[in-house]
Amino acid sequence: MENDVKEGGDRRNFLIKLTSVVGGAGVAAACVPFVSSMNPTSDVLAKAETEVDLSGIPPGGVHTVAWEGKPVFVLHRTPEEIAAAQASNGVIDPEPDAKRVKKPEWLIVIGVCTHMGCVPTKEGPGWTCHCHGSQYDDSGRVVRGPAPKNLEVPPYHFESDTKIIIGKA
Amino acid sequence: MSGPIINWIDKRFPLTSFVKHELTDYPTPRNLSYWWNFGFLAGIVLVLQVATGIFLAMHYKADATLAFDSIQHIMREVNYGWLLRYMHAVGASAFFFVIFVHMARTLYYGSFRAPRELLWWTGQGLLLMLMATAFMGYLLPWGQMSFWGATVITNLFKVTPFIGDDIVIWLRGDYSVGDDTLTRFFSLHYLFPFLIIGAVIVHLVALHTVKSSNPSGIDLKAKDNIPFHPYFTAKDLYGLGIFLIVYSVFVFFIPNSLIEPANNVPANPMVTPSHIVPEWYFLPFYAILRSVPNMFGGVVAMALSVMMFAFMPFLDRSRIPGGARYRPIYRLQFYLFLIDMLVLGYVGYVPPTNHNIVIVGQVATFCYFASFFVVPFVSKMEENWLIKRGLPEGIMELMEREKRDLEARKEEQGRRKGDRI
Repeated sequence: MENDVKEGGDRRNFLIKLTSVVGGAGVAAACVPFVSSMNPTSDVLAKAETEVDLSGIPPGGVHTVAWEGKPVFVLHRTPEEIAAAQASNGVIDPEPDAKRVKKPEWLIVIGVCTHMGCVPTKEGPGWTCHCHGSQYDDSGRVVRGPAPKNLEVPPYHFESDTKIIIGKA
Repeated sequence: MSGPIINWIDKRFPLTSFVKHELTDYPTPRNLSYWWNFGFLAGIVLVLQVATGIFLAMHYKADATLAFDSIQHIMREVNYGWLLRYMHAVGASAFFFVIFVHMARTLYYGSFRAPRELLWWTGQGLLLMLMATAFMGYLLPWGQMSFWGATVITNLFKVTPFIGDDIVIWLRGDYSVGDDTLTRFFSLHYLFPFLIIGAVIVHLVALHTVKSSNPSGIDLKAKDNIPFHPYFTAKDLYGLGIFLIVYSVFVFFIPNSLIEPANNVPANPMVTPSHIVPEWYFLPFYAILRSVPNMFGGVVAMALSVMMFAFMPFLDRSRIPGGARYRPIYRLQFYLFLIDMLVLGYVGYVPPTNHNIVIVGQVATFCYFASFFVVPFVSKMEENWLIKRGLPEGIMELMEREKRDLEARKEEQGRRKGDRI
């Protein structure tokens, strides 16, 4: 008799645990659509390619274009700027200049400070972020913190000598 | 209370007994000073914010192309829209001011100590919710400061290991702060105040369980308590009068003094203002974020700086009642901490390109955390010193009685454990 109760208790405990696990899994599964609804929508995802005409940018000039809602810097580098960029590998996040450009005279980087997401301003050689004081060189590499990483290079390719498509490598 | 209607209700709902228990018979220490008004004031500001917010929402448009103009619409065309908006904007600052004073009072008088730890921690939770609400509300006007403030703060989540970038995109619903960010912030900004109201009820239930602390730090005898109503309803309402005078001066005469001029420029994702600053109530924490040269460290330090207050019940080891009032060294620590907060606030306000200011910020950040970490040692040393110097007779007796009670309880526990074995 006592054994019966005990076994019954075991079965009940097992069923309680099983029901809780299944119920919990159900609640978790029901959360997926809600969480997922907060991810970028299809029309936001569709903004993923931007075409840039390079012919109007003089040497030393920089254009800012929007890609995925973010600013992208297109810098037409002068031979001196190229030489300076190639002379060093950066300080905080070392990377050779050749790896960051497809053609040495064109630097294309996302203009979002890798620290807190502000847009750095072009000042003298390179960029300065006024939010927290980070500095980048003319290869978009961070030379003074607090930014931890170099400015990101977006995927892009040269459609012709004077036209690039940002968003697709 | 009597009368047939009240009787009818009382049979179905504990109205009279509730009012009696929580108001007309609720025992309140007779020696509460005006520093004990600020919890009540925080409740009033909460009501003001909810009321003005609901009416503002009737005219506001949560759409990136319309939001900025709808604020202008509220200011120029909506009847008394200017008043609603200024009350709401000034109310946010007033809320933080009142809460900061409320917290400072708790720290000064040691009100966070046993048995009021849960009261303190629910308050800490309320502070975090208030900060989240204020931060999300600040995006809604869709000005430059709104936009870049939201950008910087959502970016903080980038430091989450492995999935940081995805979390930031998920929070914003876009690769950068945009229309989807604005609509979700509006939705949550409307929701959070009601969560806060719920948490306030929890806070009050905790308060009415342990009762108010008082400047002496000693739990008063029953005869030294007086009913909350009418004595403290009157005192609270007098304090409210003073508060409303100051509040009205801001609302009617200097409503823009706390609004950054840059926020009157519509949000532009392509240009960061040359100097971005958060609202004044976030400045000390923002300074801590900037003072740590490493990004991950900065975010952790900022989060910790807000949470440090929660550790106070563990850090303060002194048994002397009454907090800073009877503890000269703790009092000194308290004022030094206040000064450090002000220094951090100043550092958070000035641009980070000045090297000296960066150093000042780092020293102040160190002092901020150090002032918490020294509390366990200093509080114990101070207690020994005060005992050696001689305490009033009653106090010594009280502390010894508490010690005996504690030991008795421990012994009791030990005995029960022994029984079980």
